[in-house]
Order: sequence, then structure tokens, then C-alpha cells
Amino acid sequence: MADFRSTGSRAVIRAAGAFNTTIGSIGSRLREGREKFKMREVFYRHTLPVRVMHWINAGVLVIMFMSGLQIFNAHPALYWGRTSDFDHPILSLTATQDAQGNVRGVTQIGDWHFDTTGVLGASNVDGQPAARGFPDWITLPGPQWLAMGRLWHLFFAWFLVANGAAFALYAFYSGHFRRDLLPTRTDLGHLPQEIADHARLRFPKGEAAKRYNALQKLTYFAVIFILGPLIVLTGLTMSPTIDAAFPQLLWIFGGRQTARTIHFICAFSFLGFFIIHIVMVVLSGTWNNIRSMITGRYAIEPAEPSHG
Amino acid sequence: MVDVKRRGFFGAVAAGASALALSGCKGLSETEWWPKVLASAEGLSKRAERLVAGSWALAPEFSKADIAPEFRANGTLNPNTPDYNAMVANGFRDWRLEVGGLVAHPLKISLSALRAMPSRTQITRHDCVEGWSCIGEWTGTPLRLVLAQANPLPAARYAMFYCDDPMGNPDLSGNVPYYYESLDLVEAFHPQTLLAYQLNGQDLPVAHGAPVRVRAERQLGYKQAKYVRRIELVESFDRINGGKGGYWEDLGYSWWGGI
Repeated sequence: MADFRSTGSRAVIRAAGAFNTTIGSIGSRLREGREKFKMREVFYRHTLPVRVMHWINAGVLVIMFMSGLQIFNAHPALYWGRTSDFDHPILSLTATQDAQGNVRGVTQIGDWHFDTTGVLGASNVDGQPAARGFPDWITLPGPQWLAMGRLWHLFFAWFLVANGAAFALYAFYSGHFRRDLLPTRTDLGHLPQEIADHARLRFPKGEAAKRYNALQKLTYFAVIFILGPLIVLTGLTMSPTIDAAFPQLLWIFGGRQTARTIHFICAFSFLGFFIIHIVMVVLSGTWNNIRSMITGRYAIEPAEPSHG
Repeated sequence: MVDVKRRGFFGAVAAGASALALSGCKGLSETEWWPKVLASAEGLSKRAERLVAGSWALAPEFSKADIAPEFRANGTLNPNTPDYNAMVANGFRDWRLEVGGLVAHPLKISLSALRAMPSRTQITRHDCVEGWSCIGEWTGTPLRLVLAQANPLPAARYAMFYCDDPMGNPDLSGNVPYYYESLDLVEAFHPQTLLAYQLNGQDLPVAHGAPVRVRAERQLGYKQAKYVRRIELVESFDRINGGKGGYWEDLGYSWWGGI
């Protein structure tokens, strides 16, 4: 018994010792962290107009995408050219019935047909399978309601255009465009290295983190100054009155149905950008990035000493 | 500590905002006031489009090679009322187009009289609000010639079209709504706005609105009433059904059908 007690007390002492070292190491880690935090430079990254326009744009784009899918659902097929060749859409989301009488969703792209039941072509509406292009959880409003989808889309389109135009004016006049967004020749030279770094999820630190790298510049440049105007112009090309005023648009895009298809591709390019953007925000420091887009302040990790 | 608190704050804001957004959008669409806010952009769109298209810009016209092999018919495909079927059976010989309302000279025009008037033939693109397009060749009497004969009064601002196709089932009081639509006089007097009686060189098929439908080439399909029977010039839509100027408009679609 005594033995047991003594081993027990020795164990307690050992445990207490270990606990003390743990506390000690936490303490020293905290001190280290505080030192590191002091070493982190907090950098004013985004100006107030950029922050405000960023968040307006984020909200408006989500609404435009979801109400756009609602409108698409009224005729879930895409064509190439001036007119709709109903027998040969380049993409369609349709519903058929199988031998058992179940509703199946079919996605057709060119000559390929995919069973996409539950998501595209046919999905549950109020618990019942129904023919539907995109499912109700991604359209605005949820139920099939073309008139309401158009109201949302054509209202927020004005905000998209006004906000985009305000950003373009601000970017050109403040120097934001030339300084931060326009890729330089040197930037382009870094491109292969940056692609390799991004693939390894290695993000710039120190001075390099203060500027957009070539990949960021190219992406933001393409999304803001190519994809943005393209989605607006193809949207306008679908308007019969605009086509009367500017028939050149039909010539540029190769017909109203082609414009509609390009509009759709642009919308999904925005979705692709959105997903990559969010993933990059998370991988390179969620709260630091979000804070920098709310307060403007971005903390920069000191660059690691170079390995000679 | 500061960081942890901030994380909590941002997390709560993000979660709150997305929950609000998801439940909000559906609820908002069903309120009385929010669709009115959304619809306020309609006037802006109309003014902006009129600014660039004016009363003069012509809808693009196409070549014979562009004519769609299958011109889709949409909406009512056959009014199928006893009156309408009787008119089809005798080739619309007793059909009369009435023009009234705010005009100095109300008219009653037979199909042969309408066909005897100067005509216009145009190959244009029909754009459905659903998103599809078809190109076809339309022949008809420019609406402005008919309206000019009737001599509109100064107060007239819109042309209402009353049609022969019943929409759906009788309501509680036993009335069946018949299709009705409207254009303002800028669009009604546009050179390409026709009372069309031919599609692709043939008499207008029943599915496309026989004997006469409106072509307003700078507008979406639902503005282009089929089976037109009576044209009435009015000052406003206030006392016409839902007061929005058309069958679909009274169900929530925009009166401005230019986009």
C-alpha cells in the first residue's frame, strides 16, 4: 500500500512538473507570439471607396447571379446565332420520365447527355420532383417566378453598372488602376514563379505582400475590365430596344442568342472567380483579409530570412 | 484576446448576413412594398432606352436566309371559343377591327379593307420574355395609318389592344379575362409597328394570332398582342382591370417590354 502511495505521489509530482513546463512553454510561446505580432507590420491596404464598392459589388453580384438563373429557368436552353434552333441547343436542362415513371433531369451539352437528376433539369420543389432548370436553392426567388426574377435582375443591374462605373472612374483618377491593377512587364516575368508558388500555397510575405502579384493583377484586371463590361454588353444585346439603337452589338456578338450564351458563360466565369477568390482569402488568412476589406488594415508577416 | 473577440464578431456578422439574405429574398418578393421598389427601375430603364432609341431607331431587319425553319407559337395557340371558331370557318369575312376611345372618328375595318391599305413587309426577330428568339417575315398595315384615319384626340396617350383569346378559367363572378395589351403612342406610331396579317408570305395561322396581330419590333413578345379585335386609345390604365396596362402586366410583368 505504502509503495503504491509513494509511486502515486511521485506520479503527481511528475505530472505537476510536466504541467509547469507546459505552462512555461505556453508562456514563452505567448511571448514569442507577442514579439511576432509586434514585428508584424499593419499596413493600410484598401482605401474607403474601394472597400465600400467591393461590398456593394459582392452583394449585387450574388443577386444578379441568382436572379439570372431564375430568368434562365424560363427557357433553360442556350443557342448559337441570331435565332433559336430549338432542335439543336448547345446546352439544355430538360426533364424526362424513365420506365418507372420517375422524373429524370438531363443536362445536354452538344452531343453529350448527362443524368443530373436532383440538381439540373429536374429537382425537388416543395418535396416533389419537378422539371426545373436550376434547383430552387440557387434561384432568386426560389419558386419559378419569371416576372419577379426579372424585377430583381433589372433593378440591381443599375447598381452593378453604377457601382462598376464609379469604381472605374475612381481607379483611373486615383491611380489605383495604374499602381495596383495594371500588370507591368516585370510582373509578367514573375508569372511562372508565382504560378508555382500559388500551386504550393506559398503566399508572399514582407514587402511583396503590399502589392498585388502578377496573378492577382491579371485576374482582377480581367474580371473588372473585361468580364464586367462583357456581361453588361451581352445583357444589353438581349434587349430589342437596345438592338434598335445599337445594331452594332449584334454584329459584335454574332446575334442575340449568341449574346445570351456569352452572358451565361460570363455569369459562370464570375462564379468561378468568386469560388477561387473565397478559397484564396481563406488560405492566405481569412480574418486578416476580411479585416483589410472592412477596416482597410492588413497585417503583414515579416519575410523569412533568405536561404542564401 | 482581441483577435478572438473580433473573430466572434465577424463570424456573427457573416452568419447573420447570410441567414438574413437567404430568408429575406424569398420573403421580400412576397411583400407588397418590395416589388414596388424593384419596379421603380422600370421607369429608369424605359427613359434610358428611349434616350438612345428615340422614336426613330429601327429594329434590325434580316434576310430571307435568316428566317427560322420553325417559328415558335407561344401563349394562346387557339382561342377556341364558339365565336372565334365561327370566324375561322368563314375566313374572317365578318371580322371587323374596331378603333375607338379617344379618337375623333371611330372606325370599323374589315380584313379586306385592312389588306387594301398600304402595307409593309419586314423580316424581324421576335424575342420572347423567356429568352428565345425566332426570325420571321411579317406583312401588315402600319398601325400609324389606321390610327391616323381614326384621328386621335390630344388626350390620347396609349393604344389598348383587346383580343379574342380568353385567358384561363372564369373568375368568381363568371368573367373570363380576355388578353389585353398596350403600347404608348411613340411605339404605336413607329414605322415598324404593324397590324400583321401574314407570316412568311402566308395568311397568319391561328396559332400566331389570326387574322391580325400586333408587331412592335422593339418590344418583347408579350407586348405583341394576337387575335386583336378592338383598339382603344386611352389616357391612362387606371380603370382597366389591374391598372397596369396589360394581362401579363397585371400579373407582375413590366409594362415596359423593351428589355
